[in-house]
Amino acid sequence: MTVIQVQGLEKSYKDLHVLRGVDFEVERGSIFALLGSNGAGKTTVVRILSTLLKADAGTASVQGFDVFKDSAKVRESISLTGQFAAVDEILTGRENLVLIAKLRHIDDPGKVADDLLARFSLTDAGGRRVATYSGGMRRRLDIAMSLIGSPPVVFLDEPTTGLDPQARIEVWNSVKELAKHGTTVLLTTQYLDEAEKLADRIAILHEGRIIVNGTLEELRQLLPPAKVEYVEKQPTLEDVFLTLVGDTAPEK
Amino acid sequence: MASHLIGDTATLTGRSLRHILRSPDTIITTAIMPIAMMLLFVYVFGGAIDTGSVKYVNYLLPGILLITIASGVAYTSFRLFMDLKSGIFERFQSLPIARSGVLWGHVLTSLVANLISLVIVVGVALIMGFRTGAGIGAWLAVAGMLILFTLAVTWLAVIAGLSAKSVDGASAFSYPLIFLPFLSSAFVPTDTMPSVVRAFAENQPVTSIVNTIRDLFAQQPIGNDIWVALAWCVGLLVLAYAGATALYRRKIS
Repeated sequence: MTVIQVQGLEKSYKDLHVLRGVDFEVERGSIFALLGSNGAGKTTVVRILSTLLKADAGTASVQGFDVFKDSAKVRESISLTGQFAAVDEILTGRENLVLIAKLRHIDDPGKVADDLLARFSLTDAGGRRVATYSGGMRRRLDIAMSLIGSPPVVFLDEPTTGLDPQARIEVWNSVKELAKHGTTVLLTTQYLDEAEKLADRIAILHEGRIIVNGTLEELRQLLPPAKVEYVEKQPTLEDVFLTLVGDTAPEK
Repeated sequence: MASHLIGDTATLTGRSLRHILRSPDTIITTAIMPIAMMLLFVYVFGGAIDTGSVKYVNYLLPGILLITIASGVAYTSFRLFMDLKSGIFERFQSLPIARSGVLWGHVLTSLVANLISLVIVVGVALIMGFRTGAGIGAWLAVAGMLILFTLAVTWLAVIAGLSAKSVDGASAFSYPLIFLPFLSSAFVPTDTMPSVVRAFAENQPVTSIVNTIRDLFAQQPIGNDIWVALAWCVGLLVLAYAGATALYRRKIS
């Protein structure tokens, strides 16, 4: 079943024609990656879908609700994790979660907060101010805040930009976990490996249009079949780093 | 979403009040500048200012209270600007909340913080010899006037916070507000001023508000000043509120 439907989306900022007719669809419970270089318009698409920005032309719907006409209904079924962790630094981690739970009008915000702290290995840090958190912890809290009220659709705008390798893996695991529980995830990224590791479908946004859209297999078939070469397998720098630094478990 | 307005506003007010609780310096710095001015004027300049039979600290306090509010609301635009910059503002906008609650949370927080600063300033004035025989009715009238003024300039602060491009820009709007009492009857009687300055001083909002509060404290008949003061405050409030909500709607559309 289609959860997100985008057709002919156009948006300009003054002379800059950022989106020139974007079309795509996202199936329920899948992870859809919008891949593109900086300034390709990924964030613009996400902002339009999360009702923060109006498009100049085209239609977009989430869960069957039009993002322009039924924006209040759309906001009930989505959550947005922006490019920069949108957390309240002066509050503690737990207070941040309770705040969002209250704004989503959920019963027993305290319990919801405690459950999420546990799920994102932040229980020990829950009583500390977010200003003292590392980048990875902030991002985890940010994503935890997005999951309050279990919105069926989650937008993640460059969720791992600026994170160290361990924190990236933590975020990836949380995203996979989400999709396993039936949440539809639309994420934007400029990292090819991120799209490769996470996404069920990948769309490449280039110069305001989606130039390809398919599964990783389908995208691979766009190029001539792989030549078989025998290469000595060297550990990547990432393998070395992660082995030396040790655990990939979330820090306390 | 109108049904959630009160609940959401309460939640968001609780959040920014917690910010103030965690950095009480915002209340203290708001109170310190007016207190320093009060000390300076009462103990240094005041001796040379002729206010007739009125004790100078009694004469000065109403103007000092307005300066307290003018410097206090700068924190409202600062906090609003920081919310916009940090992205938490967008997070709130993408939630199913009553959207105007985001602004009301900041406005009510400003009201509470300014009332606390005002209590501190009045306390210091009492130590410095400020005395009034005002009854409960007059005190309530003074409080009402100050609350109205706070709301009016807070909505002005919301405009500044929403439209600022930098942190400095967000609070810069308050400088003219802080300066305005100097060109009024707040520090010296207007009749010693040159005619052009005097004409300005006697017809700008601070003078009528200051005169009203001063007369309420001194248990004098108030006369026309209170109506002029109310007209200024309500007029400013309506304009600033309309401007702020229009700007907000354009921002989140």
